Amino acid sequence: MMAGRGRGQLTFSVEIVGIGKGENLPPSSVQPTPLFPPLDQKPVPLQTGEEAEYMLALKQEFRGAMKTLPFYIRPAAPKKDVERYSDKYQKTETTDNSLEWKPDWRRFPKELRVREKRPQRDKSPAVPKQPKQPRVDKEEIIRKLETLEQKEEEGSSDEEEGEKKKPEEEEAEGEEEYDEEEFEGETDYVMSYFDNEEEFGGDSDDNMDEAIY
Amino acid sequence: MTTQEVRLCGLLLQEHFGDVVEKVGTHLIRCGVLTLRALAHETKLALDLVKKSLCVLMQHGMCTFGAGRRGPAGPVEYRISCERILHMLRYPRYIYTAKSLYGDTGELIVEEILQRGQMTMSSTVKTVADRLTHNMPEGQSMDYSEVVSAFSQLVETHFLQRCPPVASTGSSNSGAVDTPPPAVAQPSEPESHPDCYRVPYINLTGQGKRRRSSEDGEADQRAAKKAKVDNNECGDEGIFWQVNFERFHLHFRDQAIISAVSCKLDQTSGEIVRTMLRMSEVTTPANAAFTQALSANEIFRALPSNYNIARPILDQYLTLLVDDPMEFVGKTGDSGGGMYVVNLHRALANLARATLESVVQERFGSRSARIFRLLLRKRHLEQKQVEDFAMIPAKEAKDMLYTLLSENLVQLQEIPKTPDHAPSRTFYLYTVNQLPTARLLLQHCYKTIGNLIERRLYETKENKRLLEKSQRIEAILASLQATGAETAQLTEVEEMITAPERQQLESLRHHINKLDSSENQVDETIFLLESYINSTQASR
Repeated sequence: MMAGRGRGQLTFSVEIVGIGKGENLPPSSVQPTPLFPPLDQKPVPLQTGEEAEYMLALKQEFRGAMKTLPFYIRPAAPKKDVERYSDKYQKTETTDNSLEWKPDWRRFPKELRVREKRPQRDKSPAVPKQPKQPRVDKEEIIRKLETLEQKEEEGSSDEEEGEKKKPEEEEAEGEEEYDEEEFEGETDYVMSYFDNEEEFGGDSDDNMDEAIY
Repeated sequence: MTTQEVRLCGLLLQEHFGDVVEKVGTHLIRCGVLTLRALAHETKLALDLVKKSLCVLMQHGMCTFGAGRRGPAGPVEYRISCERILHMLRYPRYIYTAKSLYGDTGELIVEEILQRGQMTMSSTVKTVADRLTHNMPEGQSMDYSEVVSAFSQLVETHFLQRCPPVASTGSSNSGAVDTPPPAVAQPSEPESHPDCYRVPYINLTGQGKRRRSSEDGEADQRAAKKAKVDNNECGDEGIFWQVNFERFHLHFRDQAIISAVSCKLDQTSGEIVRTMLRMSEVTTPANAAFTQALSANEIFRALPSNYNIARPILDQYLTLLVDDPMEFVGKTGDSGGGMYVVNLHRALANLARATLESVVQERFGSRSARIFRLLLRKRHLEQKQVEDFAMIPAKEAKDMLYTLLSENLVQLQEIPKTPDHAPSRTFYLYTVNQLPTARLLLQHCYKTIGNLIERRLYETKENKRLLEKSQRIEAILASLQATGAETAQLTEVEEMITAPERQQLESLRHHINKLDSSENQVDETIFLLESYINSTQASR
């Protein structure tokens, strides 16, 4: 029992496990082992061959494919401080939290179903309407342009411009207000004095070499 | 779940499903079973994000739900399966096996189902047919019936199975519940469902559609979503299929045994064992210790026709297999020319033992391996005996033993001579226990793969700028080529990447390939050790 003294209070005599008296032991380590210790035995090289390469390709393809599937969930992008011009050109992630794929809801608990966010639209009318407007505008304008093209062929011109501009004014709440209305309604000048430019010098399309007085 | 397993699961979830699912999944692993509210509260994530993550995990079969502790009237509780997440390491192997057994069609079917977790048969058939058509030359397309037949084959051989039916959830209103609430907390095992392997009749004819190259990804996604929505017109709505991992594992186990026999003895012995395993495929339950007994007559009849060995030669081979110390094949009787079985559990134990020995040899040298093997055979040896039996000088033997001891591969066993355990009157014996050592090595493997993944992520992050640049340039090149640019323009764009950058990219790719290959290879070791450990648990 007392024989353990002298070798740092071990509970048993180390002669039995083979450490003789007075033998030099390697110094006890006082720090963690190095991160990349030098290896006495080099590791065996990796398996190569068709099978290994094919499985490698499968693995990398699978990883890439998973990143594109709707199962890869990215948290909603943090709200920016200021709306920037470049936002229009950057792809925004879907900010609504509904699933982009359709599971069979009969197999999943009901509580996991995220309802469509209808109520939210009522809370903030200004923001959603804004992005909707240009699209509505464009469609309206395209339609109007088409009808107007037909009318142009029939021959009316001034009224077209007025008609075209009025629907724009009615819908564009956020857009710049057209000055045309002011111009048309509130000027002191009578509009009928200003003839359409087409009449003035309109016939001179054919012979431009003659001077116009 | 051990630390290393949790860490590895987290890394795998992050790679395949993103940070949000990783957070949710890791927390569920650590806490066991949780309700939705508790999970959202503890992870401090938005409730909707948590719901989405749980849906993703459940879609892929990694998370199950059931009535909670408060019974069916209380909130639903969710449980995650760590083992199932770790199977993601083996996905390439599953896909490759399907390819080797059932060709490209089988490969794509398994790949699609693994990517999406669970799918109906009709949507799988359509998607795979489209993919195959895309790779075929212009004008050809893949007929749905071929894909259906490949699918049916996979189901018949049990590689695919139906997802287990889910009883009505506990959170439904108690108003008009006609089915009694489920008594068990988890959905039933897939094999308990009688129709588990029944292919449904689907009304699906047609051919794969070729994807036009001008369509961008969005159109494909919309088309894919549309395809899913109209699978109810095919008649198999609500019947989802998943990959049967256990069946693949049995296949891998058989492959390992056959290749071990072929390496140790010869090709013909390997073929005999393959025949025996094939014959007893359907009759042997999954965790059996040995296959059904087969008579030598049956084996002779079932051998493949290109192996023209005479009956007495077969008997000799069988005797050789039985006498081999690896004990792959055992003789259980003499009727029918001799009744033989394949000792599955013993074969797994031997394979695991060979793995352990190989690890010691590669890490510590062949003399340490000799000591290790000695201790495995002789169980308990004293210091002096080790030196004598291994024929290694005392000093070196001591050194090696202490190295192995410090790595926990060898243990010290005390045997007291006197009741007071006096040190001078106690035997100290060195010993190796195979099962705990295998568990230790398995944890090392998990840690290794975790390290490999982290290193790969680090390398990718370090070179992120360069990778993005090269991706952008590839995109520019592709668009230029599509619009028919001249070679001068193309070379000008290519030169935007300088030569040293190209070299850096090349070496980065080389490193990442090496790290990925290493992961695949370590997973093979993990499979062997896991199979061995599970076999010991099953036999208790």
